Amino acid sequence: MLTYLINGISLGSVYAIIALGYTMVYGIAKMLNFAHGDVIMVGGYAAYCAMAYLGWPPAAAVVFSIAVCTMLGIVIERLAYKPLREATSLAVLITAIGVSYFLQNAALLIWSSNPKIFPNIFASMPPLKIGDAQISAVTIVTICANIIIMIALTLFTGKTKMGKAMRAVSEDKGAATLMGINVNFTISMTFAIGSGLAAIAGVLLCTAYPNLVPTTGAMPGIKAFVAAVFGGIGSIPGAMIGGILLGVIEIVARALVPAVPSDIFVFAVLIIVLLIKPDGLLGRKISEKV
Amino acid sequence: MDKKKMNPASKKAFMNYGLVAVFFVVFQVLLSTKNISSSLAGQLVPMVAYMIMAVSLNLVVGISGELSLGHAGFMSVGAFSAVILEAALTSGMDPSSFNKNTGLKIAVLVAAVVCGAIMAAIAGFLIGIPVLRLKGDYLAIVTLAFGEIIKNLLYCLYVYIDDSGLHFSLDPSSVTGTTVLNGPMGALGVKKISSFAAGIVLLFIILIVIQNLVNSRSGRAIMAIRDNRIAAEASGLHITKYKLMAFVTSAACAGTAGALYALNYSTIVPKKFDFNTSILVLVFVVLGGIGNMTGSLIAAAILTVLPELLRQFQDYRMLVYAIVLILVMLLTNNKKFKDLISNLFKKKKAGEEVQK
Amino acid sequence: MSRDTEKRSGIVEVSGKTIVPERDKDRPLVLEAMHLGIDFGGLTAVDEFNIGVGATEIMGLIGPNGAGKTTVFNLLTKVYQPTRGTILLNGKDTQGMTPASVNEAGIARTFQNIRLFDKLTVEENVKIGLHNHIGYGMFTGMFRLPKYFKEEKKAHEKALELLDIFDMAGEADVRADSLPYGAQRRLEIVRALATGPKILLLDEPAAGMNPSETEELMKNIEKIRDRFGIAVMLIEHDMKLVMGICETIAVLNFGKIIAKGTPSEIQNDPGVIEAYLGTKKEG
Repeated sequence: MLTYLINGISLGSVYAIIALGYTMVYGIAKMLNFAHGDVIMVGGYAAYCAMAYLGWPPAAAVVFSIAVCTMLGIVIERLAYKPLREATSLAVLITAIGVSYFLQNAALLIWSSNPKIFPNIFASMPPLKIGDAQISAVTIVTICANIIIMIALTLFTGKTKMGKAMRAVSEDKGAATLMGINVNFTISMTFAIGSGLAAIAGVLLCTAYPNLVPTTGAMPGIKAFVAAVFGGIGSIPGAMIGGILLGVIEIVARALVPAVPSDIFVFAVLIIVLLIKPDGLLGRKISEKV
Repeated sequence: MDKKKMNPASKKAFMNYGLVAVFFVVFQVLLSTKNISSSLAGQLVPMVAYMIMAVSLNLVVGISGELSLGHAGFMSVGAFSAVILEAALTSGMDPSSFNKNTGLKIAVLVAAVVCGAIMAAIAGFLIGIPVLRLKGDYLAIVTLAFGEIIKNLLYCLYVYIDDSGLHFSLDPSSVTGTTVLNGPMGALGVKKISSFAAGIVLLFIILIVIQNLVNSRSGRAIMAIRDNRIAAEASGLHITKYKLMAFVTSAACAGTAGALYALNYSTIVPKKFDFNTSILVLVFVVLGGIGNMTGSLIAAAILTVLPELLRQFQDYRMLVYAIVLILVMLLTNNKKFKDLISNLFKKKKAGEEVQK
Repeated sequence: MSRDTEKRSGIVEVSGKTIVPERDKDRPLVLEAMHLGIDFGGLTAVDEFNIGVGATEIMGLIGPNGAGKTTVFNLLTKVYQPTRGTILLNGKDTQGMTPASVNEAGIARTFQNIRLFDKLTVEENVKIGLHNHIGYGMFTGMFRLPKYFKEEKKAHEKALELLDIFDMAGEADVRADSLPYGAQRRLEIVRALATGPKILLLDEPAAGMNPSETEELMKNIEKIRDRFGIAVMLIEHDMKLVMGICETIAVLNFGKIIAKGTPSEIQNDPGVIEAYLGTKKEG
C-alpha cells in the first residue's frame, strides 16, 4: 500500500508540475492552453535527442530540454496567442488545439510514430528501501523536484518584481498597464516558465514511462488540466494539491480495481469535487456584479 | 403564415433545407453515375453523421452558449445503443435473407436510431443536471470528463447474446454465445444498414427540430439566457430548465448521428468517440461560425472530406490541417482583416444600391 | 413645478409609519419589506429596511452613491438572499423564491447597467418578457403545431402594443445592442412590463438620458402606472425626475433608511439635507 501511495505521489508530482504551467497560463492569459501537454512531449524528445544523438550527459540534456521548451513556449505565445488577446476564449481554445495538432504532427514527421526508448537517467542511483517497499530513484527525484519547484514558484510570485507583475496582470491587465507593467513581456515570461516546467515534467515522465511517442504528452496534458481545475484553476498550491491527489487516485484505483480503467475514478472524483466546490478546492469564487 | 415577408430566421432555416437538398442531389447523381471515388463514397455516411454532430453541438455552443468538450460521448452512447439493439433484433436471423429484406432493414434502422437518440438523451439528462450548474471553463472540463468516463466505461463493457438472451457484463471471461460488444475491441459483426439517403433524411429531421426549436419560445429563452443570465432570470426564466433542454436535445441529436455512423461499419471501437472527436466537431462549429447552422453544415462537410482530398500531401496533411486551422483563427479574429472583408461587402452592397 | 400638485393625490398614513397615496388607502400594500437586511462577509450593506408600497404608488428610493439602493433591489428580486427580514409581495412571503419565481409572482425590474439580450431583436427581447404568458411548450415549437402559430401571432401583437408605449414599434426588428443608449433603457422597461408585474422596480431609468428624454420618461412612467394600475419603485439621481413624479420617497444612507415622506417633506428634512442634498441645496 505504501508503495502505491508513493508511486501515486510521484505520478501526481509530474501532473502537478504540468498543472502549474496550466494554472499560471490560465491565471494570466485566461486561456486553456491545450498545447501545453505537447510541449511536454517536445521536452521529452529534446532531452532524448541530446542524449542519444549528441551523447550529452543527462544533466546537460535536461538543461537543453528546458531551453528548447522555454523558447517554444515564447514562440507559440507570440505567433499564435498574442494576436488573439482580444478574441473570444473559444477562438483561443481552437487555436491552442491547432498548435497541439501542429506539434504532434511535426513530431510525427521528425521522429515517426515508432516509440523511442527513453534512457533511465537515474540508473546510477540506487532505489531506496523502506521496509518491504522499494522506491525507485525516479520517484524520489520527481517528488523532490516537485517540492523544490513549488517552493521556488511561491517565492517567485510572492517576492520578486516579475512575480508580482504576473499577479497584477492576472488580476487586471488594464490597471497593470497603467502601473507601468509591460503586459506583453509578463505574459511571455509566464509562458516561458510554464513551458520550462513542462520540459522538466517531460523528462521525469519519460524516465518513469520510457516509451516516447508523439502523443506522449496528450493524456498527461489532459490529466494535468483536470488537476489544475481540481485544485482551483489559477491557484499555484491548488495545482500542486490537485496534481498529487489525481496521481494517488489513479495509482491506487489501478491497484485496487484493476478491471475498471482508473481514468473513470480520476474523472469521477473531479466531477464530484466540482459539484461540491464549483471553483475547485482552492479556487476563488468570482461572482458577477449586478 | 399571414406575414407578407418571411422573417430572416425562417429564411435562413429554409436556405439550410435547400442546401441539404442540393447536397443530396449532387452526391446522389455522382453516386449513380459512378463519378465518385470509392474512398469518397465511403465517406458520405460519416460526413452526414458529422454534419448532424456539428448542428447539434452548435445548439449547445452557439445557441446555449456553453462550451462542451465531450460531445463525442453522446455520439458514442447513441452508436453503441444502436449496435446493441440491432444485434438483439437481428439475432437468429439469416444474414442473407435479412440483407434482401429492405423493409425489415429500414424498420431495424429506425428502431436502432430511435434507441440511440433516446439513450443519448437520457445520458444528456443525467450529465446535464450536475454539469449545467457550473459555469464557463469549469463546465467545459466536466463535459470533457464525462466524455472520457463514457469512453472508459465502454472499455470494460461486454455484451453478448446466448440462448437466454442479451447479457451485459464487466467480466470478459463470462462472455458466451455471440459477442456484441467486446470491451476495448468494441462492437463486432455490425450489420451495415445505414445509407447516405437515410442519413440525409435524419439530417433533415434534425435540422427541422433544431431550427424550429431555436425559432420558438423555448429557443428564445435559451438564447436570452446565453446573452444575459441575470436579466433572463429577472424576466422569469428558469435557467436550468432551458439549459437542460438545449443540452438534452443536442445529446439526442448526437446519439442519432452516432447510430447512423456506427451502423455504417461492421466493427466500431469506443476509442473512435474520444476527446479528439469532440474537438473535431467543435472545430466544425467554430470554423462554420458560432451559432451559424449553415456554416456548421458546410464546415463539417468540407472538413470531413478534406483529408481525403489532401491525399497527395500524404504525411503532411495533418500538419497542413493544423496550420490552416491556426491561420483561419488568426485571420478571422484579426481586426484589420475583418474590416477589409466588411469593407468589401459594403462596397458590393453600395454598388447594388446604386444599380437599383 | 406645477404638475406636482395637480397630478398627485394626497398622501395618507395607513399603518404604523407607512404612507401611501390616498387612492390606495383601502387596498392592500403590493410590497412590504420588514427588518430587511444583508451582510457581505462581516459588512452590513443594508439593515432594518422597512417600507410599504401602495398598489399604484410611485415611490422613489434615493441616497448617495454606495448607500445600498441597488442592493435593496437585489434583495427584493432575490438576486441576493436576505440575511434577515421578510419581504411580502401582495401579502405573501417571498422567502425561498428564486429570481425567476419572484418575477412570476409579480416583481419586475430594470438594471442600472443595462442588461438586454444583445443578440436578440427588440421584439424578441419583449417576447422574453412575455415568455410566461405564451402558451405552448417545447414540442409544439419543435414541430410547429397549429398552436405555435396562434400563440406566436398573439405574442407578436402584444409585443408591438407594449413597444408602442415608448413609440418603439418601428424598431421591432432591430438588434437590441444596436439601439441608442436611451432606447435601450426604454426597451428594458418594456421588457420588464411585459412580464406582467404588480410592481416595477426601475434602477436609474433616466441615467444617460438628455433632459427632453427624461421629461418624456416621466410622462411614460405615470402613463404605465395609470394604464396597468401597478406600483413603481425607482432609484434615481435626477432630482427633477424624483421630485416630479414620486409620491413618496425613502432616503437611504449607509444601508439604512434615514427619512421617508412626501417630496416636500424630504426636501425639508434636515437629516437628508445633511446626508445627501446638502451640497446641492443652493440650486
